[in-house]
Amino acid sequence: MMRLLLPLFVLVPMAGFLISLLLKRRAEMALSRVAYLTAAAQAALISGFIVAWAMGGFGAINVKEVVLFRSKDYEFFIDLYFDRVTAVYLFMGAVLTFLITVYSRYYLHREQGYKRFFNTILFFLTGYSLTVLAGNFETLFIGWELLGLSSFLLIGFYRDRYLPVKNSVKVFSIYRVGDVGLILAMWMSHHLWHENITFHKLHNYVLVHDQLGQHTLVGAFISLAVLLAAAAKSAQLPFSSWLPRAMEGPTPSSAIFYGSLSVHIGAFLLMRTFPFWEHQFSVRVLIALLGLATGLLAAGTARVQSSVKAQIAYSSISQIGLIFIEIALGLELLALVHFMGNAFLRTYQLLVSPSVVTYLIREQFYHFTPREHSFEDTLPKRLEYTLYVLCLREWDLDTFMYRRLWNPLKRLGRALDALNINRSISILLPVFIAGLIALWQVDRLAAGLRHALPVAMGLIGLVLVLRAFTERRHVRRALAMVIMGHFWIALAISFNEHFDLSHTLIYLSGVVACGVLAIIAINRLRRTERNVDLGRFHGHVFEHPRIALAFLIACLGIAGFPITPTFLGEDLIFSHIHPDQFILAALVALSFVLNGLALIRIYARVFLGPHVKTYHEVAYRSA
Amino acid sequence: MRSDRDAVLASAGTLDEDFDEHAVLHAIAHYLPAQAPLKDFIHHNTLHAFQHLPFHGALMKASRIFGYKVYLTVNEYRRLFRDGRIRPEALDREIVARHGISNLAAWKHKLLEKSYDNAIVPRIGSLRAHWKRDRRIDLDALTHTLLFRVLNSYLDQGIAIWKFPVWDKGFLASVRELQRHAWSGLLRGERAQRLLLDEGTDIETLLELLVGDRTLYADYLFDQQFAHSGWSGLVAVIEGAPGSLLDRRRISLREIILFELLLEVDALDRQFPKGWQPLAEGMKHRPKPLFDRVTETEVDQVRALWQEAYEWTWYDELLAGIDMAERRQPTGECTQAIFCIDDRECSLRRHLEHLDPGFDTYGTAGFFGVEFHYKPEHGKFFTKVAPAPVQPKYLVKEVDSSGKMERDVHFTRHAHGLVGGWLISQSLGFWSALKLFVGIFWPSSTPGTSDSFKHMDAQASLTVEHCGLFEDGLQVGFSVQEMAQRVEATLRSIGLVKDFAAVIYVVGHGASSVNNPHYAAYDCGACSGRPGSVNARVFCQMANHPGVRSLLRERGIGIPDSTRFLGALHDTTRDEIAYYDEGTLDEAQRAAHARSRRTFIEALERNAKERSRRFPSIDSTLRGETVHDRVRRRSVSLFEPRPEYNHATNAAAIVGRRALTRSVFLDRRAFLNSYDPLLDADGNLLLGILNAVAPVCGGINLEYYFSRVDNQKLGAGTKLPHNVMGLIGVANGIEGDLRPGLPAQMIEVHDPLRLLVVVEQEPHLVLRTIQRVAATREWFVNEWVQLVTVHPVDGSMHRYTKGAFVPFVPFTRDLPLTKDVLPDIERVEGNAHIAIIQA
Repeated sequence: MMRLLLPLFVLVPMAGFLISLLLKRRAEMALSRVAYLTAAAQAALISGFIVAWAMGGFGAINVKEVVLFRSKDYEFFIDLYFDRVTAVYLFMGAVLTFLITVYSRYYLHREQGYKRFFNTILFFLTGYSLTVLAGNFETLFIGWELLGLSSFLLIGFYRDRYLPVKNSVKVFSIYRVGDVGLILAMWMSHHLWHENITFHKLHNYVLVHDQLGQHTLVGAFISLAVLLAAAAKSAQLPFSSWLPRAMEGPTPSSAIFYGSLSVHIGAFLLMRTFPFWEHQFSVRVLIALLGLATGLLAAGTARVQSSVKAQIAYSSISQIGLIFIEIALGLELLALVHFMGNAFLRTYQLLVSPSVVTYLIREQFYHFTPREHSFEDTLPKRLEYTLYVLCLREWDLDTFMYRRLWNPLKRLGRALDALNINRSISILLPVFIAGLIALWQVDRLAAGLRHALPVAMGLIGLVLVLRAFTERRHVRRALAMVIMGHFWIALAISFNEHFDLSHTLIYLSGVVACGVLAIIAINRLRRTERNVDLGRFHGHVFEHPRIALAFLIACLGIAGFPITPTFLGEDLIFSHIHPDQFILAALVALSFVLNGLALIRIYARVFLGPHVKTYHEVAYRSA
Repeated sequence: MRSDRDAVLASAGTLDEDFDEHAVLHAIAHYLPAQAPLKDFIHHNTLHAFQHLPFHGALMKASRIFGYKVYLTVNEYRRLFRDGRIRPEALDREIVARHGISNLAAWKHKLLEKSYDNAIVPRIGSLRAHWKRDRRIDLDALTHTLLFRVLNSYLDQGIAIWKFPVWDKGFLASVRELQRHAWSGLLRGERAQRLLLDEGTDIETLLELLVGDRTLYADYLFDQQFAHSGWSGLVAVIEGAPGSLLDRRRISLREIILFELLLEVDALDRQFPKGWQPLAEGMKHRPKPLFDRVTETEVDQVRALWQEAYEWTWYDELLAGIDMAERRQPTGECTQAIFCIDDRECSLRRHLEHLDPGFDTYGTAGFFGVEFHYKPEHGKFFTKVAPAPVQPKYLVKEVDSSGKMERDVHFTRHAHGLVGGWLISQSLGFWSALKLFVGIFWPSSTPGTSDSFKHMDAQASLTVEHCGLFEDGLQVGFSVQEMAQRVEATLRSIGLVKDFAAVIYVVGHGASSVNNPHYAAYDCGACSGRPGSVNARVFCQMANHPGVRSLLRERGIGIPDSTRFLGALHDTTRDEIAYYDEGTLDEAQRAAHARSRRTFIEALERNAKERSRRFPSIDSTLRGETVHDRVRRRSVSLFEPRPEYNHATNAAAIVGRRALTRSVFLDRRAFLNSYDPLLDADGNLLLGILNAVAPVCGGINLEYYFSRVDNQKLGAGTKLPHNVMGLIGVANGIEGDLRPGLPAQMIEVHDPLRLLVVVEQEPHLVLRTIQRVAATREWFVNEWVQLVTVHPVDGSMHRYTKGAFVPFVPFTRDLPLTKDVLPDIERVEGNAHIAIIQA
């Protein structure tokens, strides 16, 4: 009985989301009602479920729901899992979403995008519920992707202004780095277990211990990949600066996402995978140290923040740092209590943050003392000033990702400017065909060549995506290069195993279909708009919301978002990369990250940001 | 500011003259938004810098240079026309007046049919844009975040726990000190650091480095500062009025420009380690100088015509109402009440008069002519409660208050520490859950609420009379002579000099809201954004003072001993009222008061019901009591971004006897200032009134106008993503520029009409009066407010246009008649029509 109920926690929010899509844009009452009733139903169901489950003795529940794909040595299935961690996270998700949707009912009245807001909240709840219910990495990854997308949409809620759009792309790029962690963890664990292991099985101490005993390095690799994903999602070092920058949407959405639910998902991932790394002492030390470092730095940064939302964001990050320590120490229960308390506290603080003026001005009026000492005043002057400036600059974390990752990549991409599409087709097409022939005759190739070719092809795929990432002018050219990148990767992987056309087809089917859709959308746009390039934001969504939506969906499809078989194909592709092919894995992973980014960048540049046409009110860039 | 304005404009606008730093900085400060820190939010003309020009010309210029949208779009006007909100009669009249009858058809075609390109391509920013275009460097992206952050941290009034370590030396000196003593300072590059530490570095040195062509310096600085006009504007305001921060800071526009130029040098040095050329070097296409002549195009004329027609459609209705309505006087037993001129009191007065025909109401600026600073008990500061331009010499203190400030641990700093946060989130976190739940389902007042009744403790006493004490250079209290002067001036200006009732209410107003950084904008503008309770109470204590009474008698105002002035505060959000010093009433007055109290209660309930038609969360047709409860609940609801609509829809200011408007339904759209034209043969009283009405009501009106037509550039945009910066302003997210102006939620129901000032007086006297003070004259002559006179005897009307009065006859003839307007308008969405109220 309980097992049958489990899928409901995903289906209820999903149903709410789908219903909300059907409602009219102006039907404020109906939209908000669907949203809060969905959340209320979810909260009620979960509360009942938890009571029943508690009476049944708190036992973990694992349900293998659907097998999406099966071949002789590979199975992709949706698996749901329920334990104490799931219980707490599900409960918090439903309760907070309920409170926030009721809150937003009037708060968002008359706002442009009222519908979009509630759609996205319900979409988020679906993704969140799936993530916390996930019983294996694959299921978790689906939820994870939904979360990332809903974050992108909510941060960029005010899509006609520059900063929200810039920051939504920025946060998306960091999430994408986290995604790589998850992809690599999935890849390696597939090879470690020779199956898509369920979290339930990880609780089997003997099994885990045996495997890890034989493959210490592999175990460490997976743990680190998981930690990367967790750190990115929970704004730990070195990713912390995205959280305050995510506070661009309406205050209640910032409160629920970045004050409470979304930002604690990294901690969830750690708790979920705890049995796996429990016995890797060095990993536990590393997680604790990361938590401690983040806790200290973020607490310092919070102290100097002079805007109320940034202050709350950094305070929250520092508490999550502590939660990481608690998890590393194995204090799961404490971590869960801490999560609940922190989530409620920050949500409430953010919601009442506009009141801070009334309150603190009054306090200042009645209790002002000219200068209050803080403990830093006792430090030596040089140290005090230096620390202050570093905290003020947020330890340069915001520019860190740019300086260390994106800018070098961009420079690399620009260096490839010569590679225009006509030339690349004229050169690469014959090469591609040669590759196909080589593939056909793969058994005749020398072993050395057989190992080198996939890397070379993967590299070409990466170069194309890189080039698309830095393209400044031609939209369709950039799209074409992303799509071609996928083909090259498919070709590269095909060298690895016996050529299995069906896997490649699964992988490329979504890419091709969505690629065609994307090109059609851009062509439609160009019929009325002459001004379409990638050098700046254009904001064409203002006049062409439908084309924008179609294009976004197409981009998501090409990027391997779980709406087309490509998503499954990506996982399949990875299962064909051998555990010793680190370079190939790195190339493919990097090109997955970049193609998602390149596509979101194209979408943002063409459709979002301040409108190029200024016949209506357009905000300042700095606004 | 006014006297040297022309010099300022000249220096800012010319190329061939030498770069004069002082003049350019002055000009920049002049054009920047002039909004004070949040706690002192005061409405003003957003485009005050253009006020020396005629309205339409000024708007065109502002739009061309700074890119503001200054009208509705042509299509919006056409929609209004189709909906009957712009009447063809008004349109024809305006076209004929400007272009003659022979061109009527041609212009009508242009207005109604022709399609226009409405795109706004501003000059501002086009010079500095060359960095991006020619050099591929985005200086804004590289400098803004740090600049805003440093400014905010330096000016912060109490959010940060660890404050800017050096603060008492002035901005640049503090930054310099920080740079000198830190291992890693705010500037990174060696050259920028050296320039910062060298005290001889001035703006010109840096401009030479960055721009390299003296003729471009002024425009470059304009571009740079207007890329973040919010912060620059605030700095300019604080520079001019350091007292607007309780925790004072020394800062100037010059310092932040210098700092920003250094940030730019630093950014360029980092981006181009091999060196770079100044901007002017190799610049092929020079942008047009910022203040070069702007030329009028047809679409400018079309928009101006539409705007006039839009305005005169409603004005016409209003004037027809005044023309047609019966000049009704109060009947029966008389009760008098003096209110603020505020448009929100317009409906309360109507309801009082409706419920009790003996009610005789008056309106005057809500500080009631008593200007002073107020210091509540235990307060560390005093706060001005007088109109913005007035600098009071008096201090009134609250003594014997029992009130204490409530605390809320959610706003404390402990929640932000590492260990404190750990303890608090595990304990208080669950308390927050409860508070959140209660706050959403059962909203009630919290310590974060801004509550008008808490401005002053009703049980405490005030030091109204001067006993020889001085504090901080201010005289504590007023002498009897000074009191009498003020009471007399106020009573004469509203024409209340005889037939005094037993109880005369003096009603200040304030507002209550929560989660509202703009709370000060909702309070009384004549009290500098504070509730008017103290002023009302002080005025009454003065007017009740036996010494004052006898002095007044000598001057011909005989207030009988049976008359008592009673102070009160009307909360315009909650529609509640509090009375002060009721204990001083005698038996007869108490009886009269008891009767009026009931009238007030009922009138407030009706007022709440009338207001509720604008609130979609409330069904206005419900019982009055229920509606009133819900209205009250809005004021304490965290999730309610519109506790009330404040001055939205304001469109007229009527200066005259109440009889003029007593039978006209004005839909809360008019400021009402009482004035008896027959007592004012020389226009002195009128001058005093207009000197306040033009800048105060006109300022409110224009701030609403501009925030409505360009909510992005001249308003604050939607308030939902706002983040409080340093308790001094709001910005979007954590990286945005400050957003001055009004948020979308305040102006969405506002119709952008200029203020029509209706004066009940003979035109020649009005014409003479408005010429007397240059500042006031400008408002009328340049048509930033419109003006019509109603003759006090024969009721004929004259419209002020191009410096003269011409006879005016409204075309509107079909106004609805009603006995009680309330049931009629409950279901009306948007603005209701003017109606005639029958007795």
